[in-house]
Amino acid sequence: MSTIPCRKAFTDTITELAKSDPSIMVVTSDARGSVTLTDYAAQHPDQFVEVGIAEQNEVGIAAGMATFGKRPFVCAPACFLSARSLEQVKIDVVYSHTNVKIIGISGGVSYGALGYSHQSLHDIAVTRTFPGMDVLIPSDRHQTVAITRWLAESENPAYVRMGRGSVKDVYADSDGSFTYGKANVLVEGDDVTIIAVGETVSKAVEAAALLKNDGVHARVLDMATIKPIDREEILKAAEQTRGIVSVEEHSIFGGLGSAIAEIVIQNNPVPMRIMGIPDEITVEGDSDEIFNYYGITAEGIREQALSIV
Amino acid sequence: MNLMKKAAEIRRDLLSLIYNSKTGHTGGSLSSADILTVLYYRILRVDPACPKDPLRDRFVLSKGHSVEGLYTILADKGFFPKEELKSFSTFKSRLIGHPSVKVPGVELNTGALGHGLSCSVGMALAAKKDGLNVSVYCLMGDGEQAEGSVWEAAMAGANFELDNLTAIIDRNHLQISGDTENVMRLGSLASKWEAFGWDVRSVDGHDINALIEVFESSRKKGIPMLVIAETTKGKGVSYMEDEAKWHHGVPTEQQYSQAVTEIDTFIKEMN
Repeated sequence: MSTIPCRKAFTDTITELAKSDPSIMVVTSDARGSVTLTDYAAQHPDQFVEVGIAEQNEVGIAAGMATFGKRPFVCAPACFLSARSLEQVKIDVVYSHTNVKIIGISGGVSYGALGYSHQSLHDIAVTRTFPGMDVLIPSDRHQTVAITRWLAESENPAYVRMGRGSVKDVYADSDGSFTYGKANVLVEGDDVTIIAVGETVSKAVEAAALLKNDGVHARVLDMATIKPIDREEILKAAEQTRGIVSVEEHSIFGGLGSAIAEIVIQNNPVPMRIMGIPDEITVEGDSDEIFNYYGITAEGIREQALSIV
Repeated sequence: MNLMKKAAEIRRDLLSLIYNSKTGHTGGSLSSADILTVLYYRILRVDPACPKDPLRDRFVLSKGHSVEGLYTILADKGFFPKEELKSFSTFKSRLIGHPSVKVPGVELNTGALGHGLSCSVGMALAAKKDGLNVSVYCLMGDGEQAEGSVWEAAMAGANFELDNLTAIIDRNHLQISGDTENVMRLGSLASKWEAFGWDVRSVDGHDINALIEVFESSRKKGIPMLVIAETTKGKGVSYMEDEAKWHHGVPTEQQYSQAVTEIDTFIKEMN
């Protein structure tokens, strides 16, 4: 397995991009270590803004800088950016349409045993209701590189969540790993569709391999762009397969599963299983233990897929 | 230009806006009218013909609810047609009850308190990084000082040594529920801001010359300026002054007529 977490792939890429783009600004709130920004800060001191432990101020400052043509990347733990500074994201970024990228690191249950205070299982539900805000979750380090390059060119506000630990590679390299607004078909199949995002994508691919032994041909989609979501690919899945299993490191309310269901139910209702963290304060444990506890594993996905076919 | 007269005209026109649309934040618009008049007719380098000039000064109305005064001034200066003021708060009008960037001359959407100063810090910081001779001004309310984010921004303004940043507090002593000292005691704002590392100036917020003097005074290098403008909520209309109920009160026909008479008399006496 790769030893490079997505957050490190992000910081390596932004460090490189900042060399040729002086408008890139990284803003952080005493999180340079946890984001892995030490090299960036050393190489680009003039393009680095440390605001201390003040996430609301952090987003407001970034918005103000964006009005001067800067391209601020606000980098801090997802749990804080998507809750503490949510009003600044809503008003200073989304409403004022400032070109600010909110990079939430160690999202979902990455911080595991640090407790619910440090988890962000609501962030997708909230940010995808913000008009004009792109919402993305990379599934591996290669796709993170591609997304970061795309972000540096985009003029839209965006919320991007990535995990803390290393994840299995889904892609061989960054080329072709990301197309804005388009799902990637990772495994072809016509029996059932598994749509996953972020760290659960590699589990979905593994589940498809297990299902093959069951004689079930599962299609696997990586929905890296949660908003704007790939409506066409979702409807194709509804049309061509018997149902959809959605998998995400997020509350079962309001995230990827809900976004898919909103489209399916209004156009071509098919059976769905929405896999994620149930409506409870997350069980104590590290992220793998939490995933196992809630059945967010290749085996768990297999079971849900079998219940449809 | 006689700015005292101009401020009185702005008061009269913003009252007309509120009276005609039957909505608005009356008291705080009146208390900040002299500050806005001095800024827009004397201090700010802004050009209605070129509202997006990168070298313009920036003004952020953090107490966004006092938008009636801002719109009245922007229209008077020609940022948009005066006629459009009649559409205030009507269906599909860009002139809504808090500043909107759809309106030429408005820098940021505001409305939730405690946001403007952080954004202003970001603007002043960006201007410094680019070596631009741009000054940033941010007007806050006194009730707004209870927002924690104000103090995050206060810390940052001093930390980044933003001597191109001026924050102003419209210190009218009243918020929607009553006296600021009863709602949440502010105590000495001067000593608080000084402790946060700002160059604090206190001024009579209705004294045009005193306001000009403080805004044009020389800056301390590397230190942002905080102007505490002592004001009267509802200033200029006798029955509105120092009355919390006029925070967003709308005058009746008779009250409006009396207000206009009072302001017109004030202007006539000045002439």
